[in-house]
Amino acid sequence: MVTTLVAGYGRGPVLRLDEPLSFWGGVDTATGVIVDRHHPQAGETVTAKVLVMAHSRGSSSTSSVIAEMVRAETAPAAVVLLDRDPVIVLGAVVARELYGRAMPVVVVDADRYERVAAFRFAEVLPGAVREVGHTISSEMHG
Amino acid sequence: MGLQLTAADRAMLAGEEGEGVALAMRVLVATAEAMGAGRLLDIESAHVDGCLYHGPSGLDFARALVDGGARVRVPTTLNVSSLDLLHPELVRLDRRAADEAKALMDAYVALGCRPTWTCAPYQLPERPRLGSQIAWGESNAIVFANSVLGARTERYGDFLDICAAVTGRAPEVGLHTDEGRRASLVVRADGLTDALAANEALYPLLGHVLGRVADTRVAAITGLPPSTGEDHLKALGAAAASAGSVAMFHAVGSTPEAPTLDELADLEAVTVTAAMLEQARIELGGADGAEIDAVCVGTPHYSSRELERLRSLLDGRRCRLPLYVNTSRAALDDFGRGPELEACGVRIVTDTCTYITPILAPGTEVVMTDSAKWAYYAPANLGVRVVFGSTKDCVESAVAGEAVITW
Repeated sequence: MVTTLVAGYGRGPVLRLDEPLSFWGGVDTATGVIVDRHHPQAGETVTAKVLVMAHSRGSSSTSSVIAEMVRAETAPAAVVLLDRDPVIVLGAVVARELYGRAMPVVVVDADRYERVAAFRFAEVLPGAVREVGHTISSEMHG
Repeated sequence: MGLQLTAADRAMLAGEEGEGVALAMRVLVATAEAMGAGRLLDIESAHVDGCLYHGPSGLDFARALVDGGARVRVPTTLNVSSLDLLHPELVRLDRRAADEAKALMDAYVALGCRPTWTCAPYQLPERPRLGSQIAWGESNAIVFANSVLGARTERYGDFLDICAAVTGRAPEVGLHTDEGRRASLVVRADGLTDALAANEALYPLLGHVLGRVADTRVAAITGLPPSTGEDHLKALGAAAASAGSVAMFHAVGSTPEAPTLDELADLEAVTVTAAMLEQARIELGGADGAEIDAVCVGTPHYSSRELERLRSLLDGRRCRLPLYVNTSRAALDDFGRGPELEACGVRIVTDTCTYITPILAPGTEVVMTDSAKWAYYAPANLGVRVVFGSTKDCVESAVAGEAVITW
């Protein structure tokens, strides 16, 4: 199952987060760099990536940070979740209301999650996550 | 089965109560659908976390609600902001950032929210009762409301809180329901009972461990000593909501909805050891042995009880190092002896917190704290290193001018 939480189109290199992340206090809004020193992907950049993460962690201000990153054009290209995470969804929904820009958010089952996490480059669209940029592409529909 | 709206919900969505209410309802409905809710339910109160300034988008959203004529329709408290309106000289934000932060605060007050400016709204006199449906933001307030008060809120992000306040509605899902509140994990602190009773710093460390092992799950903690009080559970919950995504826990013997030991018999169990707490202390501290430049306590905001304890621990002695205490204006008022703390050199911070806005002196490199939440976030936010210790050790360190660790 690929369930669309926030509809839109996004594509980019896949970044899999090995642990949940609090965007607030964990990501620099201006640069998109993960600054949470406790996080295994500290130093990586989320901007323009297809971010594959189970769910967010910690601060409820993560929604504000995501909305701000969409405004500042430092947001991920798309977010692929394992859990229905309202904190991520809220940031994307409010940014769409304010600026008309949609950062797609989808939730996938555990099996697909692992497969998407192994993609190098992916695109997210309503109801689907696809691997792109390779001669052999695998496709996943909801 | 999609989301079923009532006629009143649909009227709000259609703009019959103005564009501000319609905007709030659109955000609420999109979030409720994403969470898989079947319907919305009425809420009794809200706590809004969106009043902390993160950039223009937060202000754009609040102003869209204000300009659309929205007002909150349930009692709504406000979380910390980036400014200390009672002690403005403490905050070193540049003029433009301070003006934007103030504009955001003003917008939320214009929506009808109470200017409480605290991350610990559960310490205010009017707090939710057992079983009441609420919509709260701020991770430590969420975990406290669910766990200690037995009020019901999901782990919402910014924006949903104000949208719920404006519409009086929230998604009927997760922790709003009986099923969502059941423990699915047991965290045994039984072997630590004596240590917890003797050293309150173990509560935030236990919370850090809880956050790591439970993540999003509702855990039932067993073995907390009978002396466990609200301030201990506050520290534990705040730590768990920083290290993990914990929005509720049960403490058998302490919290109102805790299951009996019999009911926990079949659940997965994790036994917390002294070594796990020591590991948590290393994760949160890490600057042991370094020369400290300042001491910060009161994250989440100190209660009037904790302020009194701070006064008693200081006992009139003067601090050699800057000792900051974060609290709410309500708790400070209730405590009533702020000048005695200030006479000892304590810098009282209200309305905001020392890890979210520039208050510490430039050049501050190492800070001692009694808060796992402060310890978790300050290194990334402020670029400081942390020494973690008990409140007592924090006070002794501030007085001595160097880190005093007694465990």
